[in-house]
Amino acid sequence: MNLSNLLFGVYPYIALTTFIVGSLIRFDREQYTWKADSSQIFEKEQLQKGSILFHIGVLALFMGHFAGLVIPHNWFLAMGVSDMMHQVVAISAGAAFGSICMMGGVILWKRRMYHPRVRANSRFMDIFILDWILVTLGVGLLTIPVSIYHAFSGDASVMVALAEWVQSMLALNSQPEYLAGVGFIYKLHLFLGMSVFFLFPFSRLVHVWSMPLGYMFRPYQIVRTKFVKQR
Amino acid sequence: MKVRANFSLVMNLDKCIGCHTCSVTCKNVWTNRKGVEYAWFNNVETKPGIGYPKNWEDQEKWNGGWELHGGKLQLKSGNRLNILKNIFMNPNMPTIDDYYEPFTYDYATLQNSELVEAIPTARPRSLIDGQRMEKIEWGPNWEDDLGGKFKHRGADVNFSDMEKQVYGEFEQTFLMYLPRMCNHCINPSCVASCPSGSLYKREEDGIVLVDQDKCRSWRMCISACPYKKMFYNWESGKAEKCTGCYPRVESGLPTVCSESCVGRIRYNGVMLYDADRISELAAVENDQDLYQAQLDIFLDPNDPEVIKQAKEDGIPESWMEAARLSPIRKLIVDWKVAFPLHPEFRTMPMVWYVPPLSPVQSQIDQGNLSTMADGATPSIETLRLPMKYLANMFTAGDEKPIVAALKRMIAMRSFYRSKLVEGKIDLAVLEEVGLSEDQVNEMYRYMAIANYEDRFVIPTSHEELRQEDFHSFQGQNGFSFGNDGCSISDNASLFPDKRKKTADNLEFVRYHPAAKRSDGEVA
Repeated sequence: MNLSNLLFGVYPYIALTTFIVGSLIRFDREQYTWKADSSQIFEKEQLQKGSILFHIGVLALFMGHFAGLVIPHNWFLAMGVSDMMHQVVAISAGAAFGSICMMGGVILWKRRMYHPRVRANSRFMDIFILDWILVTLGVGLLTIPVSIYHAFSGDASVMVALAEWVQSMLALNSQPEYLAGVGFIYKLHLFLGMSVFFLFPFSRLVHVWSMPLGYMFRPYQIVRTKFVKQR
Repeated sequence: MKVRANFSLVMNLDKCIGCHTCSVTCKNVWTNRKGVEYAWFNNVETKPGIGYPKNWEDQEKWNGGWELHGGKLQLKSGNRLNILKNIFMNPNMPTIDDYYEPFTYDYATLQNSELVEAIPTARPRSLIDGQRMEKIEWGPNWEDDLGGKFKHRGADVNFSDMEKQVYGEFEQTFLMYLPRMCNHCINPSCVASCPSGSLYKREEDGIVLVDQDKCRSWRMCISACPYKKMFYNWESGKAEKCTGCYPRVESGLPTVCSESCVGRIRYNGVMLYDADRISELAAVENDQDLYQAQLDIFLDPNDPEVIKQAKEDGIPESWMEAARLSPIRKLIVDWKVAFPLHPEFRTMPMVWYVPPLSPVQSQIDQGNLSTMADGATPSIETLRLPMKYLANMFTAGDEKPIVAALKRMIAMRSFYRSKLVEGKIDLAVLEEVGLSEDQVNEMYRYMAIANYEDRFVIPTSHEELRQEDFHSFQGQNGFSFGNDGCSISDNASLFPDKRKKTADNLEFVRYHPAAKRSDGEVA
């Protein structure tokens, strides 16, 4: 097995399995540790700028990646989205939300590293995961010039290859061969990105699973009883 | 009608001496852990003052509690969508400096010091980041006994609609203590604001708790509680609050703050209320009607209708009996001498307060103040505490009920002074305030003597109702089948065979010879 097979044929499954099974186990056994772990009580102003920008960016990027990589190529064609259009949208949305996310991320990083109270109460993983996400994001932004070059030369092959690789993987038939013609910078981004999933259950990122959308629909008051309802 | 029982408190501020014993015992039991050093589930404030955290009463600043929105109740911090929008940054949440920076002292320098001329000092150090603190600028009770300038203390919002500058003058100064804790509200805004639904009110006794496993540190409750009695544990990343000392209360013991109160100011007991009328009565138009609205939500445990409904709603007879004997009910309903703290927040708090008299005995002895007919008890006009100030605190600004309550308390004193000092029964003083002799005797027993068993009427919780078959529960505490003791709230589990909760694994069937054991083996 060569390195490419290991990284893009096997590692995706290690990362995804860890992501899902790890999350399940942590939720089951250690729910007390399942939290966003807010540090707002120490610092508010920088958090306001950083956190809002970062979260808008990162949510948009996640949805963009999901749509672009998981929806099959021929569906796009059927919807009348040409490869060129797809590429332009991906590049511009990626650049826009990537920059927003980066701005927020840098503010958060500065806050976490240099605000004495926040720093003093950061665990290793809090800093490590933020660093990792920012590096992944930075490398992701670096792929944009290459993608622009592809778009200008009317070449959609890399974009299509990336999507097909992701889909082959999700179909449990990973074919790292798809990535043969894909540049190093993309591959680096893939590795870093997959690793975010790998690290997910060991970090504060688990709060993403708990996005409280149910709050919109539940009654205001919650009353619990510890008594068994007598039948 | 839906009858619910609420474990409730009344604090008789007339007897509070501001000794902080309640705060210290509470701290020692509940919040002397990392992450909540700054948190005081119970604290005592000197009023007038801005309190803890700073200016907590000012809801224009913190947006806590409820407001009316087109005639309906809505959290003041916004509708549900607004709350979710603020999840990345809650603009209404206080930061640590709004409470105070918790600190310790370098005590070791006292022991490790070499022989020196000057006495070595233990200098303060932050408990947040471990850094040296050159100067402690604020604390949990910085304004103790009117500490600090009036300019600062005068920011107290209870001065609204008052000429407050007058009270900055030495001759006009007044002071009262206000012990505060979670109000275990009937309409709690913390519960309503929690995006993950981790906060809940217990059906049996109304105590409001945080499910520590379900809390996700979205921190909306911290700002939604208008009393600022939700705290963020920065070590665990979870919300924490006054537990109503439920392990004690379940066993029929008073809360630790109540038990330790040297002034005997705290009463613990049960109140019944109609859960079906919360949304109607918490939403009455006029703020000043909220005091009456909350009186209206309470149910009379002697009323046959209520007794019948309570039985249907599963309220145990021992709780009904406690509700009939409740000192809370006497103070709130029978004598109308207790009031809710800031009813205009619309949470329907269940810790009520008897407003303080402000005696000035030496002035009376010098003949400088007008008195009641007995010549010794001050008349209400002479009290130093402005009625408007008390009314702003307890009745959204309506002075009438406060004056009536204080008049009754004064009448009680005057009556008993006549009785005990001069040996005559002065019924005229009672007639004026609408009290009978029997009533005033009872008031005297509960408010002046305040014996332990009169102050605390706490029915034990009915643990047997937790079991489908409580006979099989016998002998099951202590040794368990693995992780029972630390099981989490949800029954769903990756490892179901090992995750039976204490309440579940006591099914009678399990010990029946024919029953399948949980590990699949036939016994």
